[in-house]
Amino acid sequence: MRAYLPEYELKPAASLTEALTLLSDEPGVWKPFAGGTDLMVLFEAGKLLHKKFVNIWNLPELRGIEVTPEFVTLGALTTYTDVQANEVLQQEFPMLCQAASETGGLAIQNRGTLGGNIANASPAGDSPPALLVYDAELELVSTQGSRFVPYNGFHTGYKQMRMREDELIKSIHLPRVSKPLLHYYRKVGTRKAQAISKICFAAVTQVDASEIKEIRIALGSVAPTVIRCSRTEDVLRNRKVNAETISAARLELAREISPIDDIRSTARYRLRVAQNVLEDFLTSLN
Amino acid sequence: MQTIGRPVPRKEGRDKVTGQARYVDDLIFPEMLYGATVRSAVARGRIKKISFEGNIPWDEFTIVTAKDIPGENCVALILLDQPYLADEFINHPEEPILLLAHPDKHLLEEARRNVQLEIEPLPAIFTLEDSLNRKEIIWGEDNLFKSYKVEKGNVDEVWQSADFIIEGEYETGAQEQLYIENNGVIAIASPEDGVTVWGSMQCPYYVHKALLKLFGLPEDKIRVVQVETGGGFGGKEEYPSMIAGHAALLSWKSGRPVKIVYDRAEDMASTTKRHPSWTKHRTAVSRDGKLLGMEIDFVIDGGAYATLSAVVLSRGTIHAAGPYSCPNVRIKSRAVATNAPPHGEERFAESNKTSRQKKGMGFASFMHGAGFTGSGEKYLESVVGAEATADGRVRILAASTEIGQGTNTIFAQIAAEALRLDYDSIEVAKPDTGAVPNSGPTVASRTCMIVGKLVESAVLGLKQTLSGSGLLKENYTQEDFRQACRSYIEQHGALKSYSKYKAPPGINWDDEKYEGDAYGAYAWAVYVAEVTIDTVTYEARVDDFVAVQEVGKVIHPILAAGQIEGGVAQAIGYTLFENVVWKDGRMINNQMTNYIIPTAADIPPIRVFFEENPYAYGPAGAKGIGELPMDGAAPAILNAIENATGASINHIPLMPESLIEALGGESG
Ligand SMILES: Cc1cc2nc3c(=O)[nH]c(=O)nc-3n(C[C@H](O)[C@H](O)[C@H](O)COP(=O)(O)OP(=O)(O)OC[C@H]3O[C@@H](n4cnc5c(N)ncnc54)[C@H](O)[C@@H]3O)c2cc1C
Repeated sequence: MRAYLPEYELKPAASLTEALTLLSDEPGVWKPFAGGTDLMVLFEAGKLLHKKFVNIWNLPELRGIEVTPEFVTLGALTTYTDVQANEVLQQEFPMLCQAASETGGLAIQNRGTLGGNIANASPAGDSPPALLVYDAELELVSTQGSRFVPYNGFHTGYKQMRMREDELIKSIHLPRVSKPLLHYYRKVGTRKAQAISKICFAAVTQVDASEIKEIRIALGSVAPTVIRCSRTEDVLRNRKVNAETISAARLELAREISPIDDIRSTARYRLRVAQNVLEDFLTSLN
Repeated sequence: MQTIGRPVPRKEGRDKVTGQARYVDDLIFPEMLYGATVRSAVARGRIKKISFEGNIPWDEFTIVTAKDIPGENCVALILLDQPYLADEFINHPEEPILLLAHPDKHLLEEARRNVQLEIEPLPAIFTLEDSLNRKEIIWGEDNLFKSYKVEKGNVDEVWQSADFIIEGEYETGAQEQLYIENNGVIAIASPEDGVTVWGSMQCPYYVHKALLKLFGLPEDKIRVVQVETGGGFGGKEEYPSMIAGHAALLSWKSGRPVKIVYDRAEDMASTTKRHPSWTKHRTAVSRDGKLLGMEIDFVIDGGAYATLSAVVLSRGTIHAAGPYSCPNVRIKSRAVATNAPPHGEERFAESNKTSRQKKGMGFASFMHGAGFTGSGEKYLESVVGAEATADGRVRILAASTEIGQGTNTIFAQIAAEALRLDYDSIEVAKPDTGAVPNSGPTVASRTCMIVGKLVESAVLGLKQTLSGSGLLKENYTQEDFRQACRSYIEQHGALKSYSKYKAPPGINWDDEKYEGDAYGAYAWAVYVAEVTIDTVTYEARVDDFVAVQEVGKVIHPILAAGQIEGGVAQAIGYTLFENVVWKDGRMINNQMTNYIIPTAADIPPIRVFFEENPYAYGPAGAKGIGELPMDGAAPAILNAIENATGASINHIPLMPESLIEALGGESG
């Protein structure tokens, strides 16, 4: 372990109010610690710059999955194991379940949370593309009350997001949809388990008389944040899937994403595979 | 009862399964300090200044530099080129410069971050090409650690008459061994009592030899004890000499026991890896399928210091022409220097045209020599002992290490079989240079065939002594044997027998000409791989794998099959997953997150078959199998990929990023 332990503090919060008070009394000094599966990796490597954390793991206010006729609401502490076990999610939001099942291994799935995955703001997170295409909304809370923000646009740059230092993610809202949608999710990570995505692709669509009606596409690991590919969606909307449509979509996708070379892969590979996966998805509609 | 060929329980299995086994990091000595290594971070340069910064109680620390070394500042192996601590010049980015020790291991890390090194950089080289072209001379006069030449027939004459000439260049990458337990040691050292080291290692006597020079002490003042070791794969062959020396230097100066255990990041970045290589083959073939001639140029990247590159190069040179009969051969091989940490030990589809999944099958036939190459075994002069214990059991005395592969178990089986005793009446002593003779390093697929044979003759020596002194009759029972041992010990004090290596008759090697029998015996194999290429992602999966090998008598069927399965899995990683990312001589993906080894989900069923053709000079007819499975998977997989896609690929690791380039990229 490379971190210098005495410099760190992990404070348990007895209630949500206590946690929020701490965050607002000393803005920027305290940060939430949920499952710790991202934070502990940095800590072990001696790269965790922030030193003071408030442990939110035991707050019941941030836990649980609630289903109403309009929404499924997931507490920020919902783990990947919780996600996979929920029947409504399995039926209506299968890509979130698939993302959860392909995240880490069992230990990580038991401990890692959706709130942590979102706030960690990695462009390579596996749930965010699914959340984006399901039109998720986030509920943020602080001592001043709560507000809802659309997840699309929440991430504003690499590791930057529309959340104040005194705020916590309380829950994630997924609007339920009654019409039948087609879901397509693909994580490309070279090995089958315990992989960080080189590309992560999620799409939902509604096809009517072989014409694409509704379509939402999101990609991870191809830009500084996970992104909704709305221009590619525009190219595809109200079109029949044929060779011409596919090549137009491939072209537009290439303009919309900005992959880079890094320790895990290359920009060229990411671009071409993102296009190939898009094509595979479109071909699967016929 | 017969024990050879039966899956007896592992000797140390119960301790491992129940958590009783103690590894270095489980051991805590009274008053013990923790040690850490400060490394250069610059690939090549000259140390200008070292300063101790930060809010650190430096006076509480033991600090060791090259100036504190009592003997010679070099890791004694084949050549004496590698220092324990850089004194002035730095030759690779993980070069140790300074050592720190403190009772609080967290403060130790904080202190390590606060040592500031001022290093004047010198131009460095990182590729085989730059080294061969002598862009900079960074080692000796020509960057050349070692070169060999093998000549047979007259290869220059074959090209004109050949019906076909096949040429190719082949590249392989570095590979991290990724044993589960990182490198670690504990040392106690003082001028009065000498040096004792407990550590995770493959070769206790290598460490012993290195410490002799480092401290300038007599042999009996240095003691090296192997503790339970969590895997080695060649990665704990020479590196333990380095870390053991470091811990011992800190203990020598502080007067207290010192433990150094690397974390994964340090272990991956700074310890030895498999040598990257480049090979050029030119082969002449006749229309009726005969090999007429082969010309081979083979180069390996040894990193900054010679370490064992000469040994690796020698084995590579001899295996370069493969298991084929060919009248005219020329092999030229070189091991060269680069400014990286030293490297250590360690090949039709019509329906595929439209599918996104392309399938193919490929095979490879190959061999692997058992034992040290050439005259290696003759120079090693390995010795194994056997002694009777007071209660009439037999104890094997050898420095060959149990590193998960089953040394203890097969030694006991060999001894039990030779003496016609129960497996349980044989013990295997812990490798401790203070108590066991030097049976040589645990490498080179030599432990079963070479050392196992010495075990067999050493225990037979016990029997001869007992029979000769009239204590043991011809047809004895287990109890007769015990009684005979007890009586002998009562009369004479102790009963021991030693056996020393002698080359089997007819095995001769010429070091000068590089000619003769390089190995006493070879294991032979044919491996077959079936692969699927996904043309959406360009990921290649091995769907099925068959490994057939002839290894002489199989001593322990489960251990032997496990060795093959593990080796094939490691080789699949080597071929399709494991890519060391280098930047200025430094591994930058030194975490398991980004250095991708295959998981169980990525490994196909591995179907293992043995053919047994007993070898007259191996114990009960056994040969060696340790390294064999590493050799065949890469060619079999690349051939399968060629079969699936039509693309002939000559480099590994073959990551999807490079397969997509080779195949042109678009899906479909
Ligand atoms: C071995 C391993 C494998 C992994 N595999 C994957 C994978 O396949 N795919 C993947 O996407 N991720 C993976 N991860 C990363 C990690 O597990 C996930 O990102 C996880 O969801 C993080 O959740 P957590 O609760 O553990 O976050 P923590 O580590 O507790 O926190 C992460 C960040 O989020 C902040 N935070 C946490 N909760 C809140 C909240 N409610 N409100 C505001 N801020 C908050 C914290 O302050 C911190 O900055 C892996 C990690 C490991 C160690």
